[in-house]
Amino acid sequence: MSDFSIKVRNENPVHVLELKGYLDAHTAPKLEETFQDLINKGHHKIVVNCNDLSYISSAGLGVFMAFVEDVREQKGDIKFSNMSQKVYNVFDLLGFPLLYEIFKQEGEAIEKFNSVQSE
Amino acid sequence: MKQKTESNNLKELTIQSKTSYLNKVRAFISDEAKKFGFSDDEVSKITLAVDEACTNIIKHAYKNASNYPIHLRLKARNNTFEIMIEDQGMPFEPDAIKMPDMKEHIKSYKRGGFGMYLMKSLMDKVEYKIQPGRKNRVILTKYLQ
Repeated sequence: MSDFSIKVRNENPVHVLELKGYLDAHTAPKLEETFQDLINKGHHKIVVNCNDLSYISSAGLGVFMAFVEDVREQKGDIKFSNMSQKVYNVFDLLGFPLLYEIFKQEGEAIEKFNSVQSE
Repeated sequence: MKQKTESNNLKELTIQSKTSYLNKVRAFISDEAKKFGFSDDEVSKITLAVDEACTNIIKHAYKNASNYPIHLRLKARNNTFEIMIEDQGMPFEPDAIKMPDMKEHIKSYKRGGFGMYLMKSLMDKVEYKIQPGRKNRVILTKYLQ
């Protein structure tokens, strides 16, 4: 039984990752693979929807750190949405809100990409 | 995985050094922290801190080798919830590891060092007892207010 899953959705030109379950040192490699795959295919605008993410440890946070510089160099970004208070608390403790944009709703995160693109 | 209860306030869990056992560790700690009377928020903090300690042992002390023991011993009495985590892996010098200035750390896109920072932020006390060549111990303590 897997306690973590990722669904990738194309919301052209943005790709949404829906994370579900427990993101820890055991499951982080799966997320790393997904990011690597998106980047290999030239997709650099990524929204991580955390609506069903129950848990995150530093191993999971490390994955975002590993890729954010690459996507920003390609004029993309990693933005977050639909985060529970529990998951947000871990982001906050490490100062991640300084580095990442976190939106209440997925649509707002996608909109932010689209508005920057049309400027 | 081995779990035993020695008395009402001393419980133990031994796992192999595999990340697939982290969920068992979290279940064990969160159940016990809840029973002890911590709020949901405190239970989450303690559980994450213990996950980070075990992850560090698997990655750094055992260098991801999966057949070594990690032993957890929980002492819960009065207002003190103390988790001792022991391994027989590579020793390290905890004082040599500087706590990063997290603002500067993340701005330079560094990906490591979060685990120890989280442990220290989430718990009331984090102590290391290193016996090189024999065992390493980290003791995490949280007080029930």
